[in-house]
Amino acid sequence: MARTVLLHEIAHARSGDKGNRSNIGLIANDPKYYSILLDQVTADKVKQHFCGICEGPVERFELPNLHALNFVLHDALDGGGTISLRTDAQGKTYSAALLRMKVEIP
Amino acid sequence: MPGTHLIRIANAQGFWGDSLEAPLEQIRRGPIDYLTLDYLAEVTMSILQKQRSRNPSAGYARDFIDMLQRGAREIIDREIKVVANAGGVNPEACCGAAAEVFKSAGLGTRVKIAAVIGDDILPRLDALLDQGIAMQNLDTGEPISSIRSRIQSANVYLGALPIAEALAKGAQIVVTGRCADAALSLGPTIHEFGWSMLDWNKLAAGMVAGHVIECGAQCTGGNCQSDWESIPDFANIGYPIIEAEPDGSFVITKHADTGGRVSAPGIIEQLLYEIGDPHSYVTPDVVVDFTSIQLAQAGPDRVRFWQIKGRPPTDSYKVSISYSAGYKAVGSLVYGWPDAYKKAKAADQIFRTRLDRLGLEFESVHTEFVGANALHGESLSGEPRAELPEVMFRVGVRGQDKASVERFTRELAPLALNGPPVVTYLTGGRPKVEEMVAYWPALVPKSMVKPEIRLWEI
Repeated sequence: MARTVLLHEIAHARSGDKGNRSNIGLIANDPKYYSILLDQVTADKVKQHFCGICEGPVERFELPNLHALNFVLHDALDGGGTISLRTDAQGKTYSAALLRMKVEIP
Repeated sequence: MPGTHLIRIANAQGFWGDSLEAPLEQIRRGPIDYLTLDYLAEVTMSILQKQRSRNPSAGYARDFIDMLQRGAREIIDREIKVVANAGGVNPEACCGAAAEVFKSAGLGTRVKIAAVIGDDILPRLDALLDQGIAMQNLDTGEPISSIRSRIQSANVYLGALPIAEALAKGAQIVVTGRCADAALSLGPTIHEFGWSMLDWNKLAAGMVAGHVIECGAQCTGGNCQSDWESIPDFANIGYPIIEAEPDGSFVITKHADTGGRVSAPGIIEQLLYEIGDPHSYVTPDVVVDFTSIQLAQAGPDRVRFWQIKGRPPTDSYKVSISYSAGYKAVGSLVYGWPDAYKKAKAADQIFRTRLDRLGLEFESVHTEFVGANALHGESLSGEPRAELPEVMFRVGVRGQDKASVERFTRELAPLALNGPPVVTYLTGGRPKVEEMVAYWPALVPKSMVKPEIRLWEI
């Protein structure tokens, strides 16, 4: 029976910055979870998830060799690391923010 | 004969401000052939350019010289080669200071030092623009004319070839200005193995190896979200080492008897760090396809890589231009139980009303409630609990008008006496006005940039 869990249970992540963009690498804890990431962690869903933080589009890239996805969040750092007034000016904790997303697992 | 052996390339500095002990630990705790050190964040270049404008012999990473003072004899005795981008905007002055260190340690006759220069295009910027190199913003397409008068530094990210050439000339210490971070370790493999600059797969492998280690201990367990609590002995964390082989395959490891962990999950986190499209990771020497990377755990604290694919590079270098972008200041007050969050929110309302009345000009006023929802925002963090023991009210402003930002810094402290109760004003004092430096990424044709090598024989 399917159950709802936080992405944190089935994946780990790391995030960083380039200018006013943040990227989040999302990695399945086990290769068997990669298809769940592919199906459920879409660019649209990530855009909604970061509502109020990411003002631009979200791109998603697939790395099946590493059972991982890479998300690029545009206009997500209040102007960029040196301009931003946010505590997390470089989006270092966005990785964990993504892991708060809910997904269904079998 | 080049091309037959394995070489060990260590990283001991992921940014300027990283551990002062790591370089010495990397030298002392086991065999390495190369020590690489990355000192240059984007923000660093404009700071160094300002230092150089005040003092023509400044403008490089002084930490590098302090490191050499402590490690010079062992570097010589163990025949370790050092490659560092410590040169900042003045690699020659950095080499001069390094030469002094070896001379005063009585080691001067035994070391050759090289500077890689040519990355600093600030003095030639107008000439390049006149020649029709537009340098429009790579992200936004804006013309550079909008920031021309405010530019503070302009540096090209050079590739690995000049480093390899400096090593081929016999340099034991290679000091660069701005170059691709991973070039610091790719240069040594090109030199040691005699790799052709047309052998894209090997160059791609060297670039990936460099990318993994360029942030220091962030690939040996530091900042790792995969099972972090089980990672042993952070206090004694080992920094990374590449064991590179002539065919392009390599192992990431660390010295024995150090803390941290080299694991496949941790390494994958670092592989994805600060990348864009993984099919096309553009570097000065090669375009790398990260979807080709094969890796596996190959024993404790060892991750092996193979089969990495690359393609020819583009005909442009990336240039990072920094420019003055106005002023900012950030300050904070801490509110305590009961109703800490409510009080902090009330303080924000009061504060903003006062700012409005003063008619100050800001581009942005930004409030956070640290302890309640500052990092991930309101919608992800949920409603703050009423019993939170404390909440920090943190507020920042930015704008072009320095006087407005200065006035802002005087408005926060009074809230400690004339606003909501149970409040403490942080001991850091009044917020400081900072000049903001912003970045302008652009491209410049490779044909317009000539990297050069200067050798010092002491």
